[in-house]
Amino acid sequence: MRPSPRVEQRVVGALLWSMTAVTVAVLVFIVAYVLKKGLPAVDVAFLVENPADMGKAGGIFSTIVGTVVLTAGAILVATPLGVGTAIFLTEYTWEGPVTRVIRFGAECLAGIPSIIFGLFGFILFVTKLKFGWSILSGSLTLAFMILPTIIRTSEEAIKSVPPGYRTVSYSLGSTKWQMVTRVVLPSALPGIVTGIVLSVGRSIGETAAVIFTAGSALRLPTSLFSSSRTMSVHFYILAREGISMSNAYGTAAVLVIAILGVNVLTYYLMHRFIRKYS
Amino acid sequence: MTAVIQVRGFSHYFGSERTLEALDLDVESNEILGIIGPARSGKSTFLCSLNRLNDLIRGSRIEGTVTVDGRNIYDPDVDVIELRRRIGMVFATPVPLPRTIYENIAFGPRLAGTRERAALDALVRDCLEKGGLWDEVKDRLGTSALKLSGGQQQRLCLARILALKPEVILLDEPTSGLDPISTMKIEDSLRRLKRDYTIILVTNNTKQAARVADRTAFFLNGRLIEIGPTDRIFTAPEDRRTDDYLRGKFG
Repeated sequence: MRPSPRVEQRVVGALLWSMTAVTVAVLVFIVAYVLKKGLPAVDVAFLVENPADMGKAGGIFSTIVGTVVLTAGAILVATPLGVGTAIFLTEYTWEGPVTRVIRFGAECLAGIPSIIFGLFGFILFVTKLKFGWSILSGSLTLAFMILPTIIRTSEEAIKSVPPGYRTVSYSLGSTKWQMVTRVVLPSALPGIVTGIVLSVGRSIGETAAVIFTAGSALRLPTSLFSSSRTMSVHFYILAREGISMSNAYGTAAVLVIAILGVNVLTYYLMHRFIRKYS
Repeated sequence: MTAVIQVRGFSHYFGSERTLEALDLDVESNEILGIIGPARSGKSTFLCSLNRLNDLIRGSRIEGTVTVDGRNIYDPDVDVIELRRRIGMVFATPVPLPRTIYENIAFGPRLAGTRERAALDALVRDCLEKGGLWDEVKDRLGTSALKLSGGQQQRLCLARILALKPEVILLDEPTSGLDPISTMKIEDSLRRLKRDYTIILVTNNTKQAARVADRTAFFLNGRLIEIGPTDRIFTAPEDRRTDDYLRGKFG
């Protein structure tokens, strides 16, 4: 027997509501738990002092610097490559076997576990190219890891720009490159930025690929060839080797806040941008 | 009267499909040439052949020549970018770029390298006046063009073309999505503009051709069936098929 539409509506509504509630609850629980365990260890000194005694004492300043530099390096390398590839695939070539192979390749790259990237980066950058455990090796490895995300999101963003904009731009006497830079990219920017933010999040949180390539030195890095420890690697080592659980949670709390902060800030800036240009 | 555009033995193909067949046709300076015909008769394809927008579509191929000011625009060494500036186009759906009203008009001149603010200001005002939009938008040039109504957007598109200082203006069913008042405003603008420009107007609305065109051409299945003074085409068409179309027997 079919339930009455009214009952069905209620059951489905309740079911979907509880699914959403579970999702939100998991998120809130994780963030709250990490903050509750971690925040007591966090104060200004924790943020601005370098770690001492293997991380048992002191703060996490050098690992914050390591994280920022490594992530910035990865984004600086991957953004031009990824956006460039996306522009080529969408604007500078017809859809065909070649684009399908490139796209398939990028998709496969996205599915490779990060520890494999770490191994690859270790073999290529650290040993073959003799960059050693360094910010350079780590950034390049992270760049390759986030490249598929940037290509994919940029491509989607570029494809969603109305075709009419392109025709109009051409009809007003633009070259292809002017069309891309003045019409397509500004319209696609929110989508492209979303991809970059996702990548920033992944880079900040990445551990396996970094520990193999950037090493785990606790000193402040002095050049691109310095080994450096990121917050997530620091957390891993502190927790894994039982050095200091309170400092480990403190690091985790800072990490979580940083990622939330990056997201909130970007969405705020993007909304301002969209309001201004549409 | 001198012919600005001379089309000779012009055929166009998309892949293996022939969309225009052996057209011969002159467009004279400072006239409004109306082009009428049922859907898929090749009217829009013809327009896009004149500024080579068809080049952007994969599998597009042509035979014959289109001469503008004595020069075949399909010569390999023709500067297509410059050609598109000389032959402006307004599309069926108004497509304002997601920028301000001012920046929409200034878009073409900026592409061509105009930087000077005062020159741009004067140009924007001049074009909006000629496009019959200045009075409505003069106080909000800095707001988004997407906030304008459909009719205003289309007049903006017309004004945007004028900023290129073209010789020829192509209009592809420019009023198909507009209300009668907006349509009337566009038609008024066209009558004024023909003093300075040569205009080709593709329209699905035969009455519109009767109202504004000096001469009218009738297209059917990619062929030019008949062309002549608008009065004659509408009162005494020579070809039976033109007569049938105007009476609404097909199309």
